[in-house]
Amino acid sequence: MTTRPPSAFARSSALSANSPASRLSPAVTPEVLVAIDHVDFFYGATQALNDICLQVEAKRVTAFIGPSGCGKSTLLRCLNRMNDLIEGTRLSRGTIKIHGVDIYQRDVDVIELRKRVGMVFQKSNPFPKSIYENITYGLLLHGRHEKKHLDEIVERSLRGAALWDEVKDRLHTSGLGLSGGQQQRLCIARAIAVEPEVILMDEPCSALDPVATAKVEELIQDLRSRYTIIIVTHNMQQAARCSDRTAFFYLGKLVEYADTRDIFTNPTNPQTEAYVSGRFG
Amino acid sequence: MNPATHLFQAKVSGARRHEKWVFALFRFATYFVLFCGLGVFLNIVAKGSRTVFKAEAPFVNIAFLTQAPESLYLFEWEGQKREMGDREFRAFKAAHPAAAQVPTESYVYSAGGIFPCIVGTVLLVLGSMVIALSLGVSAAIFLIEYADDGPFIRFVRLAILNLAGVPSIVFGLFGFGMFVIFFGWNVSLLAGWFTLAFMVLPVVITASEESLKAVPKGFREGSLALGATKWQTIRKNVLPYALPGILTSSVLGIARVAGETAPIMFTAAYVVRDKLPWEVDHWSDFFFQGVMALPYHIYVVSSKIPQNEYTERVQYGTAFVFLIIVALIATLSIVLRNNLRDRYKW
Ligand SMILES: Nc1ncnc2c1ncn2[C@@H]1O[C@H](COP(=O)(O)OP(=O)(O)O)[C@@H](O)[C@H]1O
Ligand SMILES: [Mg+2]
Repeated sequence: MTTRPPSAFARSSALSANSPASRLSPAVTPEVLVAIDHVDFFYGATQALNDICLQVEAKRVTAFIGPSGCGKSTLLRCLNRMNDLIEGTRLSRGTIKIHGVDIYQRDVDVIELRKRVGMVFQKSNPFPKSIYENITYGLLLHGRHEKKHLDEIVERSLRGAALWDEVKDRLHTSGLGLSGGQQQRLCIARAIAVEPEVILMDEPCSALDPVATAKVEELIQDLRSRYTIIIVTHNMQQAARCSDRTAFFYLGKLVEYADTRDIFTNPTNPQTEAYVSGRFG
Repeated sequence: MNPATHLFQAKVSGARRHEKWVFALFRFATYFVLFCGLGVFLNIVAKGSRTVFKAEAPFVNIAFLTQAPESLYLFEWEGQKREMGDREFRAFKAAHPAAAQVPTESYVYSAGGIFPCIVGTVLLVLGSMVIALSLGVSAAIFLIEYADDGPFIRFVRLAILNLAGVPSIVFGLFGFGMFVIFFGWNVSLLAGWFTLAFMVLPVVITASEESLKAVPKGFREGSLALGATKWQTIRKNVLPYALPGILTSSVLGIARVAGETAPIMFTAAYVVRDKLPWEVDHWSDFFFQGVMALPYHIYVVSSKIPQNEYTERVQYGTAFVFLIIVALIATLSIVLRNNLRDRYKW
């Protein structure tokens, strides 16, 4: 039971839900949007992910936590195949399915995938263009040109990112003139302008001050009803505050994945317990 | 020896004295360079402006800038020394038949102006700029954005770097063999464009590579993550930011190369040509005609004809105009860069 046709990312011929690839996979429960199944991932000869199995539920906030270098970003970047850009990387085993479609199979169009799976980076990266052009960038790529329509989406996206009131009088000034927190929210607005289903956030607040962080967290709460959000964070409180589910990684392995409340109050794994209580990491 | 009166009392030490001498030497070297540069520059400006400017209105020697070179005729007429260009002298003889019998001295290229040379140089610069930029930027994009960094690409880079060290006369010969003879383009604008373009390519490619590399990775990733193709990313979110750097270095490189005589000597330059480049029968002939050019004209009037005070006027006038044109191109490229930079700042 998928909300969209499973051929969502298929490059050419429609891929039916009963294709061999999806029949082999474990049963997909209706609310699971991203199914990661026994994934191994390598940078050249170094293994960064080891046998990851994890199911991300739709319209929920899922947090990835764990000490530096444990593979959180790597896993996140597997979900929109940004790792394809790095030479010598490969997903050597396992599958990642979105809406039941294996996004690493041959006929997947990464362009289509990335439209559906947006990303916000650790270091905010507004383009050196006007605020307006930052938002319309993705729309123009996908061939939407009517001015009225664009205006509408710019407003909607900026409102969606809780930035509209702050920038509505300076839409045509450079996005780089904004403060750090505003820049990060601009990047979120840019991501939601193309109406993705999933938004990946890689430590979106790590460069922000507490006030800006609070605003972004608030924004994540607003967005959770419409998008499936996966957020990598270093900040335990942040995971506790914003997320519904939390996955704890350690040395490239998924140690524990459960409801956020359980992870923080009642972890089953001693490593998780040690990490969330601040004893290492 | 005085005892130190306080903790930081200045002392005369060997190291201090040594330092003074070394910096004095550096200072001298700097001033020497400045002196030589100014010497060359002022010499040309002083001598050249005598040709290019005039004391009476309109203060600029219009004829020098707008006419073709002519022979200069010197003769005595009714007790006065007269100097006339070729055409003027013929008109004069028509009006005064007796003048035909007067003994005259003639000096080639010493009257008239250098208009065809200006036109030729501008055409050479523009054409080679277009070719060098399109080839060079494309190659740089391929090298930086698409090619995997294998041994082949390293070899290509090495080849490009070595190309930069090839003497200009060798480029001239290459252009002659390749474009003039092998492609059968004869001595023509097209052959000159390609020869100059090839010569400046290393500069353009290196400058473009550097400028592309300077564009932060975040811009590329941000664009790709929005579902842009690699090419869309490059065209909309990398190239515009790299362009100021590419243009400045490239245009300066081209302006410098366009000043070379050797590469156009066998490929594009005529000693003299009566017709202006746009006076062609068919538009395609435009590309297959040779042109006069400022550096080559300087070469011709300084070494191919007998030297005297009259040719000196042309030499320095031409050099002066040439300097001004090169300066104009450089200024233009910097203005262009600043405009682009203001639009895409990061
Ligand atoms: N581009 C890369 N090339 C090689 N190794 C990498 C690269 N990026 C990350 N790694 C390695 O993969 C492991 C996981 O990194 P990462 O996913 O960035 O960790 P995290 O985001 O959890 O801090 C680390 O050991 C890191 O050294
Ligand atoms: Mg990381």
